[in-house]
Parts: sequence; C-alpha cells; structure tokens
Amino acid sequence: LSHGGGGRAMVQLIGEIFGRAFDNEWLRRGDDGAVLPAPRPGERLVVATDAHVVSPLFFPGGDIGCLCVHGTLNDVAVMGARPLYLAASFILEEGFPLADLQRIVASMAAAAKEAGVPVVTGDTKVVEKGKGDGIFITTTGIGALPVGRELSGANARPGDAVIVSGTLGDHGMAIMAQRENLAFESEIRSDTAALHGLIAELLAAVPQTRVLRDPTRGGLAATLNEIAQQSGVGIVLDEAAIPVDPQVAAACEFLGLDPLNIANEGKLIAICPAQFADALLAALRAHPLGTRAARIGEVTVDAQHFVQMKTAFGGRRMVDWLAGEQLPRIC
Amino acid sequence: MLMIVDPTRVARRLRVRGVVQGVGFRPFIYRFANSLGLVGWVRNDGGGVEIEIQGSEPILDAFTQCLASEAPPLARVDSIEPEVIPPDHSRKDFTILPSVEGIVATAIGPDVGVCPSCLSELFDPQDRRWRYPFINCTHCGPRYTITRSLPYDRARTSMAAFTQCPSCDAEYRHPGDRRFHAEPNACPECGPQLSLHEPHGVPALARDAVAETLRRLQLGEVVAIKGLGGFHLACDAANGDAVLRLRVRKRRPHKPLALMFANVASVAHWARVSAAEAATLESPERPIVLLEKLPHFDDTLPGVAPGLDEVGVMLPYTPLHYLLFHEAAGHPTGTAWLDQVQPAIFVMTSANPHGEPLVQGNDEAFERLAEIADVLLMHNRDIVVRCDDSVLRVRADLPSGPGDAAGAGVQFQRRARGFTPLSMPLPADGPAVLAFGAHFKATLCLTREKEAFLSQHIGGLDNPAACTALDEAAEHLQSILSMRPAAVAHDAHPDYYSTRAAFALAEKLDVPLIAVQHHHAHIAAVCAEHCLDGPVLGLAADGVGLGTDGMPWGGELMVVDGAEFRRLGHLSPLPLPGGDRAAREPWRMACGVLHALGRGDEAIERFAAQPNVEQVLGMLVRGTRCPPTTSLGRWFDAATGLLGVCDTMTFEGQAGMVLETLARRFGESLALPGGFHIDKRPPDGLSVLNLYPLLNQLIDENDAARGAAHFHATLIDGLVQWIGDAAHATGLRRVALSGGCMHNRLLATGLRKRLAARGLAVFEAQHVPPGDGGLALGQAWVARALLARGVL
Ligand SMILES: [Fe+3]
Ligand SMILES: [Mg+2]
Ligand SMILES: [Zn+2]
Ligand SMILES: [Zn+2]
Repeated sequence: LSHGGGGRAMVQLIGEIFGRAFDNEWLRRGDDGAVLPAPRPGERLVVATDAHVVSPLFFPGGDIGCLCVHGTLNDVAVMGARPLYLAASFILEEGFPLADLQRIVASMAAAAKEAGVPVVTGDTKVVEKGKGDGIFITTTGIGALPVGRELSGANARPGDAVIVSGTLGDHGMAIMAQRENLAFESEIRSDTAALHGLIAELLAAVPQTRVLRDPTRGGLAATLNEIAQQSGVGIVLDEAAIPVDPQVAAACEFLGLDPLNIANEGKLIAICPAQFADALLAALRAHPLGTRAARIGEVTVDAQHFVQMKTAFGGRRMVDWLAGEQLPRIC
Repeated sequence: MLMIVDPTRVARRLRVRGVVQGVGFRPFIYRFANSLGLVGWVRNDGGGVEIEIQGSEPILDAFTQCLASEAPPLARVDSIEPEVIPPDHSRKDFTILPSVEGIVATAIGPDVGVCPSCLSELFDPQDRRWRYPFINCTHCGPRYTITRSLPYDRARTSMAAFTQCPSCDAEYRHPGDRRFHAEPNACPECGPQLSLHEPHGVPALARDAVAETLRRLQLGEVVAIKGLGGFHLACDAANGDAVLRLRVRKRRPHKPLALMFANVASVAHWARVSAAEAATLESPERPIVLLEKLPHFDDTLPGVAPGLDEVGVMLPYTPLHYLLFHEAAGHPTGTAWLDQVQPAIFVMTSANPHGEPLVQGNDEAFERLAEIADVLLMHNRDIVVRCDDSVLRVRADLPSGPGDAAGAGVQFQRRARGFTPLSMPLPADGPAVLAFGAHFKATLCLTREKEAFLSQHIGGLDNPAACTALDEAAEHLQSILSMRPAAVAHDAHPDYYSTRAAFALAEKLDVPLIAVQHHHAHIAAVCAEHCLDGPVLGLAADGVGLGTDGMPWGGELMVVDGAEFRRLGHLSPLPLPGGDRAAREPWRMACGVLHALGRGDEAIERFAAQPNVEQVLGMLVRGTRCPPTTSLGRWFDAATGLLGVCDTMTFEGQAGMVLETLARRFGESLALPGGFHIDKRPPDGLSVLNLYPLLNQLIDENDAARGAAHFHATLIDGLVQWIGDAAHATGLRRVALSGGCMHNRLLATGLRKRLAARGLAVFEAQHVPPGDGGLALGQAWVARALLARGVL
C-alpha cells in the first residue's frame, strides 16, 4: 500500500476491494452516508462502537476482520438489541500487504453475512509508515431494542444467579499462544463469535434476565467487578463450577496467569433471578455457542462490592480487577 | 501519711498525655497526691488525664517531677503540660472525678498478660476469683481488643454486657483498690463464663470446661481456644499425630507452629534462652519469641518447625492459658508451681483457616472452624478488635530500645497483640496521614502530631475477609484516635487491595492521595523508627515491589531523603518465569538462572519431577511472561532451587528460611572467590551487583549446607562492598537496612557487623518489621515529608 501523492489510484483500489466484499444497496449508491429505515414501532435504537487493534492479526479461530464484526455486534446484542447495520472505518499503515487486507476484508464480509448484518458505510485512511500498527479497524453497530426490555450492568440483585455461556480465556490464550509461539497438543482457538442468535434464544426463554455482558478485555474478573460496582452488590463465584478448557488451564498454570483475567470474544455473562437460572442455562445449552454454559455463582449483599471466589479447597479469594497485565505482587 | 499545712497554697492544672488511661493511672495519682498531702482532683478526658493540685510550691514541683518515674508499670507519660491557676481554699481533699467526654486525643493501652498479683489470687483457693479465667486488674488484662471507642470506660468495651456484682463494684469504685476503674473487672458471680462446644456449636458434656479441654488435648484432639484478639488452635505438641492432624486440617504442611510453655524453666529444656530472651518472654506483652532449638528438639517434636533451627515460643498470657497448665500440673495450690519445670507443651497457632484472617465471633468460629477443631473452648465476652500474637526475635547485636529487655535489641516479625495500638514517636509534628501499607502482611499507619500509630497485622489482601478487616481497621484507627487524615498514602502498585482502599478513602474525604514507591517506603520506615532526618544510604533487601520503571524491583541501593529517593544501583536482574508463580516455586527461579548462564538444558534433568519444566524453559527462551526482577528474595529462592532443598514453597519465605538454617548448620564459611562483581550499567551509570558467578558455582555444589553457607557469605561480602563503595562515593555514613530479606538473621547480623567495621552507622527496622509489615510507617513518613514541602 502506498499513501499520499499516488493516492487516487490507491483509494480507488481499496474502494473496489471493499465494494466487492461488502456489496449491498447502500454501498452501491456511493453516497457519503447510508439512508436507513426508521425502527419498527415500539423499538428504540441502540448504537455501539469499538476500535479493534490486535496482534497478531491472524490467529487460530479468527482474525481482526471477523473479530471487529463480532465485537461490535456483541456489544449491541448484550444490550438486548437485534443488530441491524454496521459501519466500518479503517486506518491502514503504508506498506501494509494488500493480500492481508484482502484476506481481512473477506473475513469481515463473511462474518457480517453470517450474522445477517450489512456493512452500510465506511471510510479508509492510509497513514505514513511507522504511524500505525498495520491496520486498525473501528466498527459501529446499530440495533433495535424493544420498548420494555431493560438490560444493564446496574440491574443485578442479591440472590440472582450468575451464568456464563462457556469456557473462559480461549481468545486471550489463543492470541498469546500465537504471539509467543507456544506449542500445545492441539491448537487453542479463539472463541470469537457473534452472540446475537444465542442472546435471542436466551431472552425468548427468560425475558426476566437482568444483566448481559460480554467479558472481553480484562476477562470475567473485570466484567464482574464492573457489574458489582454498577449494581452496588457483591458476587461470589464457585471455582469448581467455572468452565475452563483443560489446555487453557494448563497454559495458565505454567504461564502464571489467571483465566478469569483473560479476554473472551464469544462468551457472555448472564445474570437473572435464581428461579430462572435453570431455564436460562437450558436455553444456552441448546445453542451451539452455549453447550458449555454453567451457573458459576450468585449475587450477594455486600457493602464493599467484592467479587470473590470460593476456592476448590474451601477458602476464599478476591477476584481482582487488574489495572493492566498481571504484575507480580509477592514481596 | 505526711500532713503539710502551708499558708502559701498555690494551685496548678496538669495535662498528662501518653498511655494514661486504663493502666491504673488515676488511683496512682490519688494515692500519690494523698501521700504528699495535696488536695485537688484527677479525671480522664479525651486528651488523656487532667489533674488539679493545690499545696505548697516545692511539694507541687516534687509531685510534677516524679509523676513520670513513679507511674504504674503499664503507663507511658509522653508529656505533662502545667498551667498555673488560682487556688480554691474550699477544697479539703483529693478526689477522682468522673470522666469527661471530649475530643479524643489519647492512646489506649494494649492487651497485657495476667499480672503476678492476679496470678496469686487465681491459684488461692480462698480467693473469690480462685480459678476464674477472666481475672484482671488495672495492671493486666484485655484493653485494645475489647474497646469500641474512647475514652476507655467499661461502657465502651465489650464488658458493658456484664453488670458488676456488689463486690466487684466496690473494688471498681474504691480509689485505693488495685481494681479501681479496672474496666474489665469481673468475678465468677458477674463476669464472662467459659463454655465448651462440639463443632458447629453443640454444647459439650463436661462438668469442668478446663478439665475436659485438657483431657481432649491429651487424647490428641485439636482444640480451638478463644483468646484475647482471636482464637488459637491448640494441640499437644508432644503428640506427633495431633500435630500432623492440625497441619492437615489447616492445610499447612510445613509452616512453623508456635508453642506455649508454662514458664521459662520449661522452655529451657527445649531451646536456648538468653537472659534477654527470658525477660522478653516474661514481659507483660508476652510476644512469641523466636528461639534457637536445642539439638534434641526435633527428635521429640519433629513436626513443630520442620527444617528450621528456630521455634516460636510464648508463655501463657491469659488466665485461661494458666488454668490449662494448672490442670496439667494436677491442681496445685499456690504459685510455687509456676516457677517449676512443667512438662506440658501446647501448640498454639492462630485459628484462621488457611490464608484467612483470625476468627473473631463465636458463631463465626462454629462455622469456620467446624472442619478444623474437634472441640471449641469458648467464652461469652466479645472480641471487638482482631489481634494476632506478636512475633519477634531478640538479637544481641541490636541496640535495645526503651521498653526492651536489657542487653539486646528486638526485631519484630509481626507487631500486634501487646503492642498495638502503642504509638511510635516521630521527631516532628505534622499533618495526620493514613498509610495503607502493602498487599501481603498488610498493616495501616495513622500519624497524629508527633506520633505514628501502627495497626495490628491484618494479613494477606488476596483474601476477602482480610480486605474487610483492613477497611474495618482503617475505620477503627480513625475512630479511636479521633483523627481525620489530611492525606492518604499507599504503595505505587495499582493492584494491591490497599491501593484501592486508599483511593476510595481519599475520594470520600477529598484529601490528597500519595503513591510511595515500595522500597522507598521500606527505607523510610527505618528512618521513621530511628528519627533519621536528612539523607541516608538505604539497602532494600526485599521480595518484589513495583519500581518507578514498571519493573519488579527488590534488591535496591538508594539514597533516601524524606520525600525523595534516588536509585544508586540494583542487583543484576533475574527472569521471573510466570510472575508470582516464580515467587512460590524456587525451581522456576533456578531454571531462570540456568537459562541465563547458558545451562538451560541441565534444567530438564534436574527438575524432571516438575511437569512444566519444558514449558518454563520455553518461556525463558522466548522471554514470555519472564519480567526481569532485581529482587534479592528471588536470588535466595534461586539458590534454594539450585541446591535442591525446596522446589515449591508451602508458606511465604520458606525457601529463605530453609537456606538460612542450612547455612547455620554448616557453620562459618568464607565467600567464594570471584562470586560477584560490581558493574556500572550504561547509560544511567547505576551500580549493578552481579551474583551470577556465585550461583554458577552453586549449580555444581552437592552439599546443600555448604552451598547455603557459601551463598550467605558471598552475598554478604558483595553487599558490603557494594554499600561501602556507595558510602564512599556519596559521603553518606548512615545506612538503613530494610526489606523482607532482613528477617534473615544471618544476613542481618553479618551486614551489620561488617558495615559497622567500615565505620558506617547501621540502622534496621526493629520495632516495626523490616518486611512489608512495616511498610505503612515508611509510607506515612514519605507522605509527611512531601506535605511538609507544601507540594500538595
Ligand atoms: Fe517489600
Ligand atoms: Mg466491546
Ligand atoms: Zn492483674
Ligand atoms: Zn463480680
């Protein structure tokens, strides 16, 4: 890729790549924006945006292309909304291989198609070499949310059940394994996936669900701590109930990492009144993305808003909300 | 009584500050004033004690001058402020007035072991408190752990639930009585009672709770015993099965257990006890004292402190402890048995399920200790404040401070019962600062004028109950000192719970928040304890603390001057494969050294028993999750791993303790030639003490004890030269030694002696622990220095 002077041809080329991959009525029109129909009566709009940077760009189970579709769709979906449209903007670094770009765009398009959500508008900029890290993609999603459905991290109530849709830490560990060239018996794959189908089933089965969240950066620990703060409650987890892939657990063991702090890209946390927990679990398990769903803990009354875990030995430990990577603390 | 009639009567009002409440100070003043024929009154108030005296001027002067020296044993007079007032000729006697409530600015006394007068009553069948487990007087008994708020009065303690009988009430009201205003005063008629319970709280069938407890102990059972600031788990130390049972249930396979003996004479059969150690054991504070085991100790008591040459020992401090020994001695009358050798030895370890803070309430004990204790000896007086046993070591090479036994200094491992909440003096007045300490071994420190109040040891903040205890202790400290902090200090590590608690409090109070680098605080704690103003050379010989460059530091040479520090040098870095994992698994540190020396392939065979050895080597090769650390603690771990004596630790500091014991067992050793070198690191010119040559030689050592001795000797050599060079370059003559590694006696005494021989003045943490238990004091010191500069 080149930038600046010879720009016209370049922009045209990129435009063609995108146009071909995402081809739809709005893009074909070639206007500055997309004109979209108003939501159905009784629905409100939800919008979410997410900037995606990942290294490496290609990893087992996915790449930055599908990731930037899933990430934003999931943010819309955990609000309880039906995702409708996506917008995307790219920042490319001069010299970025065209073949990689084509591969990423194809993966993005496939993910959008599979999700049934068109990319209706977009933009691209090329920055000088050294001023970017290959490629950054920002996606924005729009969805429709029925009136009366109110999901929020502030809704957890003491006594509620805490449920997770599957194993934890797969995405972060897949990235780490790729980046650090770690060898495993079988490959650890990112769990990146669009969750709106799963969420639709879940909400149909248990409309009483109070909180949905996707535990991405910072993992389960960061997300649960956020919910505990927002809702003004405590959360107690049961270590034995938390699903972790044995390979991920083994990797965490030798790397000295805690799977609860590791990112996921295709998992959700659901919090609902305890009496609906079984129905919610059944709905998740019936879907291919939720086969390993588990009830992992409960919401408690706690003035300090602690997230803690009953350990396998019967003790308790804090589930930490880390400022960044896991820094050593033992003095 | 001397009667002086002086027509030139003068009057004065005296304000006495210090530890003057709850220690029999008013009855002392009453008797003292009466003996001198003075009239007036004395009363407690929020500021301490207020006295009005009238009489002739020379007598008044004598009274004022002798006040501090004549004060009762537990009192500590910090200041007497006199004020001249007009005499009131109508006053004919000296009285004790009721306490006034006001702005609380006084210090409450710590909990104190039962005194000799109470002991002789306890074992006198004619006394109404014969064998009463809650006997106390103004010279002894519980204080801090039963007090909810100040001023210290019965109504504000957990004794408020017990109404005194007429006999107790008379003692309490009679100014000449030893129990005048003894707030926890009680007797079998009116005070707390013992009860014995099976797990989960079912009352045990027993005619006599103490006799049944002893019977159970002798059967080899594990007994939970409610004490002053928490519960103990006790068992018969001589019963190996019982000790093992306790270890299995507490999931504490190797950590040393403390022992309780009836008296020093009984201890002397098992451990070496110097005069200073004996005096410390017998002091009213009754700390656990670390003593050197005698050679036959492990033949009979192998499970108590395996692999270590020291053992923690304490003497009974509650009447209940004494009753257990009394029962074991066959109910002798009188107190002669207290000086005779008694064979009973009990393990007494704090009753906390693995890693959790002390159990506090009865219901909590029934729940949390159900799987650990076979039977629980309880009572119905509430513990208001949790407080562990204090642990210290007596070192002949340390200067003794006020309050220490003569002839030797002490060094605390853990400062709690008997000492909390006594303050440490500061050289200058300053704003109130609340410092939140570290993450493991958390303590707090609140400053008030020229004093620093260190909280009791709270525990590891990876545990939710400990985090709650930290928050409660912060509240309690502010409340009993009636101080609202003007600033909050904390460690620079973002992920300590204490850091988060500090942020929350600073936001709530809307006061400045001051982050203090970990090792700066370690050195500053020594400066605070010894009132060292101006620059000092500091060695932080530590585990891991976050450096200003985001790296895990821990073997740092620095110049510390109040709010400022400058890093002069550090140990050569070691890879930390797996972060905190490596701090628990010395074999990982050993792999790191082998890899760094180009001998990584040897690790596979050496640590074949470790399932992750190949992965860890792979991490070292690729630099994955291997942050370089300059920590001295990790160098100890690496040496221990290379010598094959401890692959994985089951308690904190185990590797270093085992290595120290081995080195002492080997005896005197010389440093290995060429074992270290000191390099200048470009581009910043930091001085790097490189210990790789030493470890390279240890890899091939097949006698672990000799290797351990070589490690200590060479390390001391290197550190002394390193520090000596820095002292020369900077012109500084005062050296502060601090950090967790300074708990190692071999290292501490060696450094001290060798540095002193170079003409340097050496200071160590003594009354606060050199490890993270003392960090809060250093943080407060730094924060105060910053505030004094008006930067915030
Ligand atoms: Fe430290
Ligand atoms: Mg997101
Ligand atoms: Zn007494
Ligand atoms: Zn009574």
